Amino acid sequence: MEKEKLGFFSKLKNGLNKTRINLLDGLDSVIHGFSEIDDSFYEELEEVLVMADIGVYTSEEIIEELKTSVKIEHIKNPEECKSFLIDSLSKRLYVSEDNYQFENKQSIIFVIGVNGVGKTTTIGKLASNFKNDGKRVLIAAADTFRAAATEQLEAWANRVGVQMIGASEGADPASVIYDALQSAKSKDVDILLCDTAGRLHNKKNLMEELKKMNRIIDREFPNAHRENFLVLDASTGQNALNQAKEFKDACDITGIILTKMDGTAKGGIAIAIQSELGIPVKYIGVGEGVEDLQKFDPKAFAKAIFE
Amino acid sequence: MAFESLTDKLTNVFKKLKSKGLLTEADVKEALKEVKFALLEADVNYKVVKNFIKSVEARAVGSEVLEGLNPGQAVIKIVNEELTNVLGSETTELKFEPGQATTVIMLCGLQGAGKTTTAAKLAGKFMQKGKTPLLVALDVYRPAAIKQLQVNGEKQGVEVFTMGDSVKPVDIAKASIEYASKNKKNVVIFDTAGRLHVDEALMDELVEIKSNINVNKTILVVDAMTGQDSVNVATEFNEKIGVDGLILSKMDGDTRGGAALSIKAVTGVPILYVGMGEKLSDLEQFYPDRMANRILGMGDVLTLIDKVMEEKIDIDKDKEKDMMARLKKGKFDFNDYLESMQQMKKMGGLGSLLGLMPNLGISKDDLEGAVDEKQLKQMEAIVLSMTKKERTNPKILNPQRKHRIAKGAGVDIAVVNRFIKQFEQTQKMMKQMPGLMGGKKHRGFGGLGGFGGKFPF
Repeated sequence: MEKEKLGFFSKLKNGLNKTRINLLDGLDSVIHGFSEIDDSFYEELEEVLVMADIGVYTSEEIIEELKTSVKIEHIKNPEECKSFLIDSLSKRLYVSEDNYQFENKQSIIFVIGVNGVGKTTTIGKLASNFKNDGKRVLIAAADTFRAAATEQLEAWANRVGVQMIGASEGADPASVIYDALQSAKSKDVDILLCDTAGRLHNKKNLMEELKKMNRIIDREFPNAHRENFLVLDASTGQNALNQAKEFKDACDITGIILTKMDGTAKGGIAIAIQSELGIPVKYIGVGEGVEDLQKFDPKAFAKAIFE
Repeated sequence: MAFESLTDKLTNVFKKLKSKGLLTEADVKEALKEVKFALLEADVNYKVVKNFIKSVEARAVGSEVLEGLNPGQAVIKIVNEELTNVLGSETTELKFEPGQATTVIMLCGLQGAGKTTTAAKLAGKFMQKGKTPLLVALDVYRPAAIKQLQVNGEKQGVEVFTMGDSVKPVDIAKASIEYASKNKKNVVIFDTAGRLHVDEALMDELVEIKSNINVNKTILVVDAMTGQDSVNVATEFNEKIGVDGLILSKMDGDTRGGAALSIKAVTGVPILYVGMGEKLSDLEQFYPDRMANRILGMGDVLTLIDKVMEEKIDIDKDKEKDMMARLKKGKFDFNDYLESMQQMKKMGGLGSLLGLMPNLGISKDDLEGAVDEKQLKQMEAIVLSMTKKERTNPKILNPQRKHRIAKGAGVDIAVVNRFIKQFEQTQKMMKQMPGLMGGKKHRGFGGLGGFGGKFPF
């Protein structure tokens, strides 16, 4: 089914629009609804932040900070609190400049996450982006567990026009990674994208399997640049923090890809994760098309939320 | 702090309550503040939490709690009751059409909620109930979605109806109904593509299917890990296409599933099943009271019992009594050991059982994987390498016999020695604690004869 093709920016804006509307509506109505700063004002603010999935702890933190500066700077007007909140959230979304340096290196991108967050689709989109940038891309289909996962990725590989290394259902995923690494070396590809099976972060054995694959990459291709991307569904609630923590323990996460931002989910969990674990968001998914994976621009994100 | 589960959290709160003899109003307020935090952290919708706290507070503060003999218990009871109230007061069964009529079930939901996996699980469940289900692949968008359903259908032994990915879903649906009536399939399950609740074109597709076909039950599959947005999703699906039931997927993660509470509270749609694992058999009936118990950290003993029933493990009453009697006297031999191991295996392994047990002060995370199933297999091999005589009378095990056993089990003699030593220690322990086996019967454990005695390790 062909969907209306939207331009790069309108798509991004479209994806972010819902986020913006929801938060802004809430924020503005709270700010306009109060003539003075009191406890119920703070409580309403908390509601807005929590409803955006920012999390109760991070929300409290933000509000405590606000309270402190209200005292110190003698802020009397709720309207003035708005700019403080904008600053506060932007600060928390800070991403360093060298975030995307891996694109210019020989890199291995290991994509992990729980079930159904959109890992395979994201790999397809990433492959397409890199291919368009003129890079030699190889895909490793290491999800040998879910039925037809390899076929799904193969469809993407064909669509994008890149090679894929796979195995049959039930094969050892580590062996797929191993084969792909050998192939990547001999073909001297620029970027190797590794898809993995979705796994809940509390399954010890599956997390061990992940560690094993991670070790094999380190061992077999020590010179390559490593990126481990955790894919998160934007509609996930506070459990995403557990996910990020557990996956980070298993293999060092270098970035988060926030998918399904074209729904009504507010993606506030990204703020919580960055606050608590210091992992930056690198990409956001705003639709089902190949072009619907955008680099994460924290400034634009913060602006879209608050302005 | 932030990573504590709701269970841990509430357990801590209630520990505080229990430690005090008398509760002041301020204590209750303090406790409920913690409950509020815990619920929010569990992704229960903010507005739902607000109402919940209000209703608990109204009941808890004041005479009801303060005059009670055990204030902590009274609060637990109220929180539990209110939780159960919100979740729905009773189990909802999926009703089939009467007689030979075909029941048409449509699964829908966001991308990645787990519809395709759930569809196959449901089909398997219905087969157990004597139905002849037909799975219908209506996801023509996601690459290989049809293939995924076909593979899963094959694993379940359920036929999958497909017309490829270039036919409109509504036409496939129509054709499948015809096919079903010709081929005597009395349950038809539509696996639809994942879609956003704000995607009008795709939402209309579901409306079109429903207006062309008599869909008896529309089921929304929701990821248990969903955050505050769950309310928006459920409300939109319910308003636009009408939802008759919910299935909560991925409940085997460490999420507390606050989404369940939120959706139920806001839409009133009953929760039918919960997905508890990746195996196609891991779809369980949803019990509101048990879910509430689980949130409160009482474990899910009842689900455990159910699991035992489903696996149809006949626990021979006499044999059981006999075993109990011998246990009490400390006469526990390798035959008993073997038997308890086999029972355990039938119930899905120790790991899955431990997960269902009440909060023993050990976190679930520690348990998972901590139990080495491989080691259990090794132990079993050792016992199986013993002669009957050796099994009933472990005392006769001399070095020569142990060597033979080690060879038979394919393990080192040291492993055999360690195992036997452990076994002897357990035997000793049993002798010292006869009360452990015969004491007061807990409702949940009665039928199982006390797990403590059955698993001597």
